[in-house]
Amino acid sequence: MADHEASAHLFTTDRLDEETSMTTQTTAGPQPVATRRTSAPRSRGSRLERRRQRWGWLFVSPFLAVFALFLVFPLFYAFGMSLFTSTLATGTKFTGLGNYAKAFTDPLFLEGLLRVAAFAIVMIPAQLIVALAAALVLDSLTSWLSKLSRLLIFVPYAIPVVIGALMWSFLYSPKFGPSATLFTAVGLPTPDFLASDTVFGSLVNIVTWQWSGYYMVVIYAALRSIDPSIYEAARIDGANGWQTATRIKLPMISSSMVMVITFALIGTLQFFTEPVVLRNIAQGAIDAAYTPNMYAYSLAFSYSQFNYASAIAFSLGALVFAGSYLFLFLTRKQSGLK
Amino acid sequence: MKSKLLAVGGTVAIAAAALTGCSAGESSATECTNKIVNADATQVSVWAWYPSFEEVVDLFNESHDDVQICWTNAGQGNDEYTKFSTALEAGSGAPDVIMLESEVLSSFSIRDGLVDLTEFGANDVKGDYTEGAWKDVSSGAAVYAIPVDGGPMGMLYRQDILDEYGITAPTTWDEFAAAAQTLKDAGAPGVLADFPTNGRAYNQALFAQAGSVPFEYDNANPTEIGIDVNDEGSKKVNAYWNDLVSKGLVATDDAFTADYNTKLVDGSYAIYVAAAWGPGYLGGLSDADSDAVWRAAPVPQWDPANPVQINWGGSTFAVTSQAKDKEAAAVVAKEVFGTEEAWKIGIEKAALFPLWKPILESDYFRDLEYPFFGGQQINKDVFLDAAAGYTGFTFSPFQNYAYDQLTEQLYAMTQGEKDSDQALDDLQASLEAYAGEQGFTLK
Repeated sequence: MADHEASAHLFTTDRLDEETSMTTQTTAGPQPVATRRTSAPRSRGSRLERRRQRWGWLFVSPFLAVFALFLVFPLFYAFGMSLFTSTLATGTKFTGLGNYAKAFTDPLFLEGLLRVAAFAIVMIPAQLIVALAAALVLDSLTSWLSKLSRLLIFVPYAIPVVIGALMWSFLYSPKFGPSATLFTAVGLPTPDFLASDTVFGSLVNIVTWQWSGYYMVVIYAALRSIDPSIYEAARIDGANGWQTATRIKLPMISSSMVMVITFALIGTLQFFTEPVVLRNIAQGAIDAAYTPNMYAYSLAFSYSQFNYASAIAFSLGALVFAGSYLFLFLTRKQSGLK
Repeated sequence: MKSKLLAVGGTVAIAAAALTGCSAGESSATECTNKIVNADATQVSVWAWYPSFEEVVDLFNESHDDVQICWTNAGQGNDEYTKFSTALEAGSGAPDVIMLESEVLSSFSIRDGLVDLTEFGANDVKGDYTEGAWKDVSSGAAVYAIPVDGGPMGMLYRQDILDEYGITAPTTWDEFAAAAQTLKDAGAPGVLADFPTNGRAYNQALFAQAGSVPFEYDNANPTEIGIDVNDEGSKKVNAYWNDLVSKGLVATDDAFTADYNTKLVDGSYAIYVAAAWGPGYLGGLSDADSDAVWRAAPVPQWDPANPVQINWGGSTFAVTSQAKDKEAAAVVAKEVFGTEEAWKIGIEKAALFPLWKPILESDYFRDLEYPFFGGQQINKDVFLDAAAGYTGFTFSPFQNYAYDQLTEQLYAMTQGEKDSDQALDDLQASLEAYAGEQGFTLK
């Protein structure tokens, strides 16, 4: 997120610099003077910059050390592991990319991928619609109530994912949950929220509940950064509230929207915590390979297949990378990245 | 860039967790929960989750000058196994002695995680245990652990509920099914019992009662395995339960969930087919029905003329291959629950069912009265016979996988997606495929 904003800022500062240098050039008179004036500080600046860079590296080095130790090294270690195959009966041997070939023909892995794809198709629009609607409504309200509502919508995100999922598992429970009371009050049979055909919707509901508030805050922040004089101009031109929202606000926050969708996409492809928590109470409906991440986890920690689990994890990583790259590439106009 | 790195980073979190997991294991192995009495003696690190185990440890340390236990609770069941499994993969971080349920012994011995205790005098204490208990910890000539507690099965039932509907406690499965029908016809708010599709060892025990021997496996010949999960006995039992499920006579709640726990004690199930540790488990649950009158009876039989006793659960002490002093570790495994004092703590405070004959066969244990059952002598009435009649069981070296597959198939069956025979045939096929993939040859 910070990255996109930073690049946007860089872009605007570049443009400002260009503009100011152009104005300096035009007002400073003859061209040679300008070159002399700009070249002298540049050579001085580069020496200064190099000295500054040295300090920069010094400040960054603790992070780089931790980064290398806890991310780069484990990555290489895991990749190395994924090149071996170990079976219970015959031990470990080097098989190169054999595990990857196996992964992409493994029905459990492929079913998991299809399932997270289905989740992405349902869950991302659901989260986006809730977040966008809430942000647009809150942006046009200015009472103390809007501050309170903003906070309340954000609260689910502040609850740890595991706690949120546990809480929902109680809400879904026919024994403890309010659903039985509610449905019997209106004379309907109580649905089983954790059966194999309903658990998909139950999971979508948990994730939407948890993440919409967070995305709303991101979108809301983008809306607040729009210059109000644009709204004034729109009003003078005769735009109503709906037109302002769809023709001005939405296009102007498109880069934030792209960012939000990217986060949601990455999160959905790596779907893990909520189904793992719900699996404790619905083992039949949520099997050990329900999502690719869960499959990798089960392989490593339940079935002791660390090598194949690494290969599954890397395959998923590659797909997440490719998916998010493709999405960013397709939306490069909207996101302001070129 | 940052989001891309995050994406890749997230997927290796599993690998990173594995790395940090082993470092955590290492530190916990050196920290003792208990006090060391003789600081000069050899220390043996132990992972165990028994309730009230600290008193047993203190007792051992006070009575041993040469060996001291350094105990850590590294989590219960799968939590502990995950840590142990990671430590084995990493090559360090495992304790010297570890508490393992007998069902996972093969899974760890095939990974060279456990020491064959015959070299360290295991057979010296063989006479102290029943045949079935000893078979559970051995594979061929090798002995991979010392038994501690067992789970001979019985039937715990609500006398008050059965009386209300004029039902006598069933002694056969036919009577059990009839009782379930009576209860439903009378419009009782609950059902007779639960058939959990995630019962794992419980479901396997029910199959075993009808003669199912799912796995044939011997560590002397570790690459060969026999798999037979769809035999006549299993199919009979599975069809029986599927029939009760489809008629709505029993519930199908997942076991060990909050719902299930509540229903166990609030009268939603009139009968809890349970192991000897069941009373202790029930006692630990809240929301109990205050009018509840619990009694214990032997587990229902298929053929009352030839009763078959079954077992659900039970734990052992094994010495890990990473143990520094294997001799001292074996002493701990053999002797920690090798005294009457230790067992009195285990029985009275931790509700364990002993497999150690000196206490198992004592008058003290036989005549013990349980207040939970209104003073019934449940050991004499039920569990001693069950333990004596149990002849042992062989688990597969990929038991976790086998259980996960069993759960999936039983769930599909109770959802009406396949019939009971098809579920077991599919289970057989998936286990055979997995065994082949893991390099086993099928017997």
